Amino acid sequence: MTRLRAEDLTLAYDQATVARELSVDIPDGSFTAIIGPNACGKSTLLKALARMLKPKAGTVHLDGKAITSRRSKDVAKRLGLLPQSSTAPGGITVGDLVARGRYPHQSVLRQWSAEDEAVVAESMRLTGVANLAQRVVDELSGGQRQRVWLAMVLAQQTPILLLDEPTTFLDIAHQIEVLDLCADLHDDGEHTLVAVLHDLNQACRYATHLVVMRPGGIVAAQGEPSRIVTAGLVEDVFGLSCRVIDDPETGTPMIVPAARTARSASAATPASTEQEPVPGSTGGDAQPASQHHGPVAVHEDAAL
Amino acid sequence: MTPPPNPADTRPADTGPADTGPADTGPADTGPADPRAVDTHAAGTRATDARAVTGRVVRAGGLSLRIAPRTLVVGAVVAALLAAVMVVTLTAGEYSLTLGQVLASLAGRGDETGDFVVYTLMLPRLLVAVLVGAMLAVSGAILQTVTRNSLGSPDVIGFTSAAATGALVVITVLGGTMLQVSLGALTGGVVAALLIYVLAYHRGVSGLRFVLMGIGINALAVAANSMLITRASLHDALTAQAWLVGSVNSRGWEHVVAAAVTLAVLLPVALSRTRSLSMMELGDDTAGALGVRTGRDRTLLIGVSVLLAAFAVAAAGPITFVALAAPQLTRRLTRTSAPGLVTTALVGALLLATGDLLVQQLFPAAQLPVGTATGCVGGLYLIWLLASEWRGKGRYA
Repeated sequence: MTRLRAEDLTLAYDQATVARELSVDIPDGSFTAIIGPNACGKSTLLKALARMLKPKAGTVHLDGKAITSRRSKDVAKRLGLLPQSSTAPGGITVGDLVARGRYPHQSVLRQWSAEDEAVVAESMRLTGVANLAQRVVDELSGGQRQRVWLAMVLAQQTPILLLDEPTTFLDIAHQIEVLDLCADLHDDGEHTLVAVLHDLNQACRYATHLVVMRPGGIVAAQGEPSRIVTAGLVEDVFGLSCRVIDDPETGTPMIVPAARTARSASAATPASTEQEPVPGSTGGDAQPASQHHGPVAVHEDAAL
Repeated sequence: MTPPPNPADTRPADTGPADTGPADTGPADTGPADPRAVDTHAAGTRATDARAVTGRVVRAGGLSLRIAPRTLVVGAVVAALLAAVMVVTLTAGEYSLTLGQVLASLAGRGDETGDFVVYTLMLPRLLVAVLVGAMLAVSGAILQTVTRNSLGSPDVIGFTSAAATGALVVITVLGGTMLQVSLGALTGGVVAALLIYVLAYHRGVSGLRFVLMGIGINALAVAANSMLITRASLHDALTAQAWLVGSVNSRGWEHVVAAAVTLAVLLPVALSRTRSLSMMELGDDTAGALGVRTGRDRTLLIGVSVLLAAFAVAAAGPITFVALAAPQLTRRLTRTSAPGLVTTALVGALLLATGDLLVQQLFPAAQLPVGTATGCVGGLYLIWLLASEWRGKGRYA
């Protein structure tokens, strides 16, 4: 029984149903990445997990209780969310913005305790924005701003952190910086992280657990990246023929899209992917791990 | 990012210049490098001077308050100016009382002439200006923050125009008393707010949709107002037109009492939500994730804002631009992102009292309604505000 799990969710915006009977368990202490093609319901699932979207049916359980039955501040002490886009109030300083993360721990008579001060200072130090404390958020670069938002979520001191595309709009160096920061948080053993990520290779490299979704809000596979990510899965979920090799740096799966000519050839003659059974809709079942032969082992010979 | 070192080792170096606080002598914290592991005992020995956040922190026992010195200074200065404007208004009127006469009357030791001028002619009008200014300003501050839009102001999104429609219906069609006119204004404002809320509702109420729908409702209300005036008799039309510009002329104690009671009831309600109001600036998702009950609090705050605007219109007619300008001015004066409600109330009171003093002094014979003064000043201000925002200069825009 994990601390955060979704059971039989039906998620919808008004009439448009995004997902039906969606069940996901977030393993405690994991760095879980939710991946999938555009508009497959990744962010919607994250919103439901953070009780920002009320499911039409089904329940999100947080620490053994329906999340909707908990008080807002109680949830905010257990689970933090970095939304896809946040607005910094005009003219606010970095320190003041990070301090907003203390809201669930504060009250009218306890507006700024010594503990608040210490936690905010520590959150800013961890995210490397302590020297920016007096700066105005609007004047910062995108990478700095994202670290400030992360510091705010950290100051909330929640064991579970949900991050909705934390690397969007950042250049590659800043993407890695943010992901490294997430990995640090995960490594301390005190945080469970759930992030919606777009870059499959980054997801495979950083996440300890993947939730792969296909359009219609269906979980195509979930499990450890090196156990579930295969060319067949990528082709099946994203419709992209590719090779999956070992990341030369980390040995984690790395997706290399097939060359354009190869892909048009494969369109003419259907690729022989029958050796790769369609990943189970049963969810938790991991695909058998492909053999790794050295740093550039080819997992799958897709349409070469 | 390199693996974070032990917090106790590096904390003093990171917490800003000249940190000589007792943190250095705090017990060595050997916990994992994680804010959750920060030892509260170590934290407790830290200097109470908060450096991460702006402003001052006062702590006593379990109490801790954040105070913005600049906001206090601005509030005090504005309050002093307001007092000065009120004294000038009372002494500089066409009845030209001396300061001594005014003070004597206020202290209850005045002569008959002084008492009559102060209590019957001057004071009610002045107090209505002050109270209505404060009400409109608070109404605007709440709505602008909730919609996260400078144009989310009751006079832009139709609360005021619709309240005027309600009043005009009473004046021109039903021919009611002043009290009934006020009730009409109240009804108009509340109906408009409900309409906007229902029509703009789509997966919650977004600020921009609310403002756009409000501008549409405003256009409808203004059209209805013109129609009501053109179809009215000459006498009714004149009364209506004078009322429409917004005026504190010839207001009596009943208006003062109504406005004072409204403010006394609604301002504390708004103040009790002031913390979630400032969190809503972060956007609904972030505020909600931090434990703010955004839906409930927003509905409550919008309700307070509507009632304040409607009661203000009921007391003094649709006075424009105070609700729009006062919060914006306050933000820039106090250099805060969300204007403090009390400071904003003082600024609004000062704006309207000054506007009324100006029209009394510059156009003594014309009995010009104060709405024209605030309209002129506010119009110029809006132009400046938008121009500076578009040039990207408005740091608090």
